[in-house]
Amino acid sequence: MRDRSSGRGEGVRTRCAVMAMSLAAILVALWPARVIAQLQVDITAGVTDPIPIAVQPFEGDAAALAQIVAADLGRSGRFVIRPRNEADYLVTGRAAPSNAAASVGALAIGFELQNLLTGQTLLKETLSAPAAATRQAAHRIADRIYLRLIGQRSAFATRIAYVIVEGLPPQRRYRLMVADADGALPRVVLESRRPLMSPAWSPDGRWLAYVSFETRSAAVYVQDLRTAERRAVSLRPGVNGAPAWSPDGTRLALTLSSPTGNLDIHLLDPRDGTLERLTDDPAIDTEPVWSADGRTIFFTSDRAGGPQVYRMAARAGERAQRITFGTPYAARPRLSPDGRLLALVVRDEGGYRIAVQPLAGGERRVLSRGPQDESPAFSPDGGTLIYAARAGGSGTLEAVTIDGLVRYRLQSPGVDAREPSWGPFPPSVP
Amino acid sequence: MGNAVRLPLALLLLVALAACSSNRAKTPDAAETMTPPVATSEPGVVATPLDADGVVGAGMAAEPNEGVVNLPPELVDRRVIYFSYDSDTFGPAEIELVAAHARFMANRTGVRLRLEGHTDERGAREYNIGLGERRAQAVRRAFSLNGIADTRLATVSYGEEQPAAMGSDEASLKLNRRVELVYAAQ
Repeated sequence: MRDRSSGRGEGVRTRCAVMAMSLAAILVALWPARVIAQLQVDITAGVTDPIPIAVQPFEGDAAALAQIVAADLGRSGRFVIRPRNEADYLVTGRAAPSNAAASVGALAIGFELQNLLTGQTLLKETLSAPAAATRQAAHRIADRIYLRLIGQRSAFATRIAYVIVEGLPPQRRYRLMVADADGALPRVVLESRRPLMSPAWSPDGRWLAYVSFETRSAAVYVQDLRTAERRAVSLRPGVNGAPAWSPDGTRLALTLSSPTGNLDIHLLDPRDGTLERLTDDPAIDTEPVWSADGRTIFFTSDRAGGPQVYRMAARAGERAQRITFGTPYAARPRLSPDGRLLALVVRDEGGYRIAVQPLAGGERRVLSRGPQDESPAFSPDGGTLIYAARAGGSGTLEAVTIDGLVRYRLQSPGVDAREPSWGPFPPSVP
Repeated sequence: MGNAVRLPLALLLLVALAACSSNRAKTPDAAETMTPPVATSEPGVVATPLDADGVVGAGMAAEPNEGVVNLPPELVDRRVIYFSYDSDTFGPAEIELVAAHARFMANRTGVRLRLEGHTDERGAREYNIGLGERRAQAVRRAFSLNGIADTRLATVSYGEEQPAAMGSDEASLKLNRRVELVYAAQ
C-alpha cells in the first residue's frame, strides 16, 4: 500500500515522463542529427572564372557521396557546380557492397570524370571504402578530380584539429576537436575545464601534441588519436608550451621557462625524455616550427624589443638570424610544405593579420582582413592557409588560398573556435 | 527548422525534465551507453578515442578544495594587479597593494600564493603565454622584495586563455591584462 504523498509523486512522475518524452521526440525530429556543433562552410570569395562541373547523384543509394564531392569542389573556389547541360565536365559514380569477405558494410565506389565538350573520359576509377570511411572515399574522389583538372594536389581527404571553448566560468569547457577538413564529423578528443591550446599533428597523423593546464600549470601532452591514450611529455615548473614535431616525428621542439621566467626553445625526445636547450636569450623565445628537412627552426622572439621571426640551425649554440622587418609585430611562423613560404601574424594598420613571405626574399603579402587574426596553418598541399579570426567576441576558422583568390569560413553559431591545425595527407590507398 | 521553433521547444523540455527530476530515480545517463572514454587522473579531463562516439563530459569531478585562507576584508576584493598594453611594469598603487598582501603573508606562514599571469586577446597565443609569465614574474619579484620566500610563491601564465572580461573593447582588454593572486592554505 502506498501512502498518499508517494502515490501523488508517482502520478506526477508519470505525467512528467510522458510530457518530457513527447517533447523529446519532437525535438529529436527537429534537431539536426549531430550533437557536437559542426562547422559550416561559407565560401566568401572565389576565382573569377570557375570551371562549371556537374556531379550527378551516385547510383546505388549513394547520393550523399556525390554531394560531398560537389561540396569539396565548390569549396575550392576553382569550380562551380552546374546542371549537366550548363557544365563543361561531368562526374558520375556508383556504389555497391564490396564483395571482399572481411569487410562487412564496405562499399566499392566507382566514378568517372568526363569532358562534356569532347566526350573524352578523363578518369575512370574504383575505390573500396570501409563503412566508416565512405566520407573519406568521397573526399579522395574530389582530390582525384581536382588533380586531373587543376593540375595541383588538393587536401580534401585530410583532417583538421582545433580548440573550441564553451560556457563561462565555472562551467567553461575547453574541447580539443578533430574534424574532416570540410568541418564534418567533428569529434571531441579531449575535454577539460582548464585551457587547452597549441594542438600539433605528428607527421604521420597518429598523434596530437598539445598544451593542457589541467594541473593548474602548463604541461605538454601527446595523445594517440586511435586509443585516446595520453601522457605528459613535459611537466616542468613554469611554462611548457608551443610543441612542434620534427619532420621525422622523433623530436618535439617546445618552449620551457627558467625559474626566473625566461622562455627558451628546447628540443625533446618524447621517448626517453632527452632534452636539449636550443635558444639562450633573456627575451621571450617561443613558437618554434621546423623546416621540412629538419635542419632549421623558425621561431618568435622579442629580443629586438617587439616580437619578430628568427631562424637558426636546429642545434644548440647556433646564432639566430632575424627574417622579418617592416612591422612592429611578427609572430607565430609556419612553413609551407615546400619550404618556400613563411606564414605568420603581422600587425599593421588593419590590426593583426595573416601574411606570407617568400623565404628566398621578396615582398610580404597580407592575406587576411583582420583585425584579430592568428594561428595560421598550411594545408598539406600548401595551397591554403587556415587561421583563426575573431568577431563579436567569438572565434571562427577562416581559410584563404595563398594566392588570396579563394576564401571560406568554417563556423557554427555560438561556437568559439580557435587554433586550427591541418593534419597531414592520409597514407595513400593501396 | 529554425531556432525560433527549436529553442522554445528545448526550454519546454528543460522545464519538463526539471519538474520530474525532483522525484526521479537515478537512471543511467547517456555517457554510460557510449564507448567509455579513457579517464585521466586529473578531475575534469576526459580523453576519447577518435573512433568513439565523440560525446563526452558527463560526471566531471568538482574542483579540488584548496583549503581556507581568511584574507582580511581590505584585501579580499583587491587580489588583481592590472597592467597596460605590452607592459610588465606597474605603478605605486600596485606596489602598495603587493606590500599589503606581503604583510598578510608574513603573519601567516602556512599560506602560499600562486601568481597567475594573463594578457588580453590580441596577438599570438604562445607569445602571450610569455607576456603573462613576465607579468607573473614581475609580481613575484615584488613579493620577494617584500621579504616573501620564493618557496611560498608559484607563477603560472595563462596568456589570453582565461579572460576575465569577454569583450574586445578597450575596457575589457584592460581588465584582462592582469596578475591574479590566488592563495592556498597548506
